[in-house]
Amino acid sequence: MNNERTGVSGSLESCDALVMVVFSPDCEGLEIEIDSPSIASFGEEMRKAVRETLESAGIFRGIVKIQDRGSLDCTLRARVETAARRALAGDVREKVNT
Amino acid sequence: MMERRLRRTSLYIPGTNPGMLANASVYGADSIILDLEDGVPVSEKDAARILVRNALRAIRYRGVEVTVRVNALCTPFGKDDFEEIIPLAPDAIRLPKCESAEDVRQADALMSELESRNGIQPGTVQIIAITESASGGTKLSEIAAASPRIAALNYGAEDYTADIGAVRTKEGHELDDIRAKVIVAARIAGVQALDSVFGDVNDMDGLYAEAFRVRQLGFDGKSVIHPRQISVVHSAFTPSEKEIGFAERVMKAFHEAASRGAGVIALDGRMIDAPVVARAQKIIALAEAAGCLLIEG
Amino acid sequence: MPSDRRVTIMSMEKDSRKKFFFTGEQKDIPSIRKKREGGKIAATLEEAFRSAEVRDGMTISFHHHLRDGDLVVNMALDVLAKMGIRDLVLAPSALFPVHEDILRHVRSGVVRSIEGSVNGPVGRAASEGLFSSPVILRSHGGRARAMQSGELHVDIAVIGAPAADAMGNLSGISGPSACGSLGYAFTDAQYADRVIAVTDNLVSYPAVPFSIPQTLVDWVVPVERIGIPEKIVSGTLRVTRDPLRLIIARQVAKIVEESGLFLDGFSMQAGAGGISLAASAFIREKMKAAGIRGSFISGGITGQSVEMLEEGLFSVLLDVQSFDLEAVASLASNRNHAEMSASFYANTASKGCSVDMLDVAVLGATQVDLDFNVNVNTESDGILLHGIGGHMDTAAGAAMTVVVTPLFRGRMPMVVDRVLTVTTPGNTVDVVVTERGVAVNPQRKDILENLRGKGIPLVEIGDLKKMAEELTGIPATPPFGEKVIGIVEYRDGTIIDTIRQRV
Repeated sequence: MNNERTGVSGSLESCDALVMVVFSPDCEGLEIEIDSPSIASFGEEMRKAVRETLESAGIFRGIVKIQDRGSLDCTLRARVETAARRALAGDVREKVNT
Repeated sequence: MMERRLRRTSLYIPGTNPGMLANASVYGADSIILDLEDGVPVSEKDAARILVRNALRAIRYRGVEVTVRVNALCTPFGKDDFEEIIPLAPDAIRLPKCESAEDVRQADALMSELESRNGIQPGTVQIIAITESASGGTKLSEIAAASPRIAALNYGAEDYTADIGAVRTKEGHELDDIRAKVIVAARIAGVQALDSVFGDVNDMDGLYAEAFRVRQLGFDGKSVIHPRQISVVHSAFTPSEKEIGFAERVMKAFHEAASRGAGVIALDGRMIDAPVVARAQKIIALAEAAGCLLIEG
Repeated sequence: MPSDRRVTIMSMEKDSRKKFFFTGEQKDIPSIRKKREGGKIAATLEEAFRSAEVRDGMTISFHHHLRDGDLVVNMALDVLAKMGIRDLVLAPSALFPVHEDILRHVRSGVVRSIEGSVNGPVGRAASEGLFSSPVILRSHGGRARAMQSGELHVDIAVIGAPAADAMGNLSGISGPSACGSLGYAFTDAQYADRVIAVTDNLVSYPAVPFSIPQTLVDWVVPVERIGIPEKIVSGTLRVTRDPLRLIIARQVAKIVEESGLFLDGFSMQAGAGGISLAASAFIREKMKAAGIRGSFISGGITGQSVEMLEEGLFSVLLDVQSFDLEAVASLASNRNHAEMSASFYANTASKGCSVDMLDVAVLGATQVDLDFNVNVNTESDGILLHGIGGHMDTAAGAAMTVVVTPLFRGRMPMVVDRVLTVTTPGNTVDVVVTERGVAVNPQRKDILENLRGKGIPLVEIGDLKKMAEELTGIPATPPFGEKVIGIVEYRDGTIIDTIRQRV
């Protein structure tokens, strides 16, 4: 598992999301796990946003875990992009908590 | 030509807070400052930059000037900030640690390059310069004249007073010299002068007194750090009835003179000069804005 | 209209369940004295239920004046479960998180269904399909009306009483569990067949002033505790400091000022919610500035209402529910602070309810739609989390109904095409106030006329929806199943909407 790199961003404040991206070439594809109060109404959009953001960051294989607290689309994308960049930078961080 | 945009209040919004970023425009400030600099810890510089960029991209901030306080180009974060933010063409960037004409020119050049690369007319994004050192304080005139992008001069009270070795007090006399310098340099360059923040968000009387005083000194506005401070500063920047009455009479005389093609404007048998007309215009603009404020508040 | 109560004056002597103190036979002096000492005391709740001849399938009502500090509902259900009673219908005026215990009794078959109000964890469980038959949601006025008409027939009312004497005179203003008004309980006492008062504060006869008279109470059960004081009433409710909510509240005050209703004799209802409380504070400033003297504040009463009464800004408080310690103290001491029952407050079938006398009501929402319909029952995800309260009653009664809401919460827009549940119909909602604009119901040209040109950011309701969706995106409808888990009854008894199971 030496190839795994993890990036975390965001927070558990309301309107934010805590995102962990594990960039792992051993994965089949992107495994996306979202826990969110908006899932019933925006689940599809959220998955799409996560996928698009990761793919444009060049991540096609890995695990994403999101604890969402009602983030807007632009916020979610920002958090995922930041976590992805941090993962790619090989920057292993402690989970940032609120 | 005097910068006309109303900037009585500029509200700082930390670039780390998505909830506040979403609502930045609703509090009634004339200008908002999406902050990537001192309001953001070093470990979150990357996150804030991306968050603010996405907010600029997605959120329509109605009826408010949108500005971003980037990190200075002399820091490890400045260049990345410019590269992410300038392509979204905010109304202005607030340039901290602006201590010489060279600092402005460097930013100007990078901005022009980024603007043309992104199909934006070079010169579109304005600069509000923030001077924070003793040395910068002596170069305000050259800073103000360094680029046509400069829309206003501002100073950082904490860093400036630390640099000159002053003690911060509630009365704020330690800021007398920098305030005078900012005003004079701004007036020479025909740009706005903006005052720094008032730190105690619970002291509304103190805030009003300070805002009232800086308006008397000639400042065009003041930065605020909490939405609650906005209406207080706006009311301090509301001209008195007497001021408004006089300004209206000045403007009436000005228009009469203009329609007659007369070069000299006279009011009550006294000659009125251009700066007096300019001040009258400014008072009318403030009064109109305050009308909105009264209705909103 | 004739009540179908089983006990009428004519048949009283035949009713073996009652203790009678003098039935017209010869007086037995020593025995009467003894009875007077003992009054209507039942040693335990179980004994009282036995005397009331509790049976499977009965309807048992409760009031919510003890709010999240209430111990009576859980206590009573535990006793009933132990007695082996099953299949009960609960008729609470509202439920709180403390009542999550009910779920246990639903699963074991002690409780079959709920009529009245369903909130919090019990609502969530209802949404998940826990109940075999749909819960019936009624407003405070609707609940009183249904009791009066017999649609909601309560067999036994269990009334937590912060003070009671042995004959069943009940009061909420004193004792360790003081809660102030017993307005909702009054209606239960009036219409239930049997009334059991439960108290942790037995006082000497007669308990004066009383809210509920002994003529309506069958048994009094002394217990150790009926409530947890700090959860019953709050300390002083503070006006919100949230700048977004303050923007909305300021706008409400401005609208009230310009509405044409802001005159001497002005009356209003604004609850204890953050925005409402702040709006009252701003209205208070405007009344002082304009020298306006109002007639009454009604509904849930707070310390702020009390201060406005004491300042002479309003002449009277009509209190159906006291929210804080100041309200309780004032109800106990100020003659112009009057208690009112649920019927007096909001029952359309009564001979006159006070909501009809209201000028302005300030109400909340979980969703508002393009027809101004308001949802207060289900959240944006379709889960039933809230009761109706007096929402639809005051909306219908007030001359101007103002609904306040942030334009979006989290990622969920609050102004939508169509609310998931219609609680309060749009033709009774006049103004919607958000931080980004104010929409007036086009039916109300009079209000629109008064507000125009006053610097209020008037927009169409459709613009609010657009602004919200610009930020949040367009929400998909949450996935609902076929099963109806809730019925929303309008205050007149007609069905205004149904709520489906969330899957």
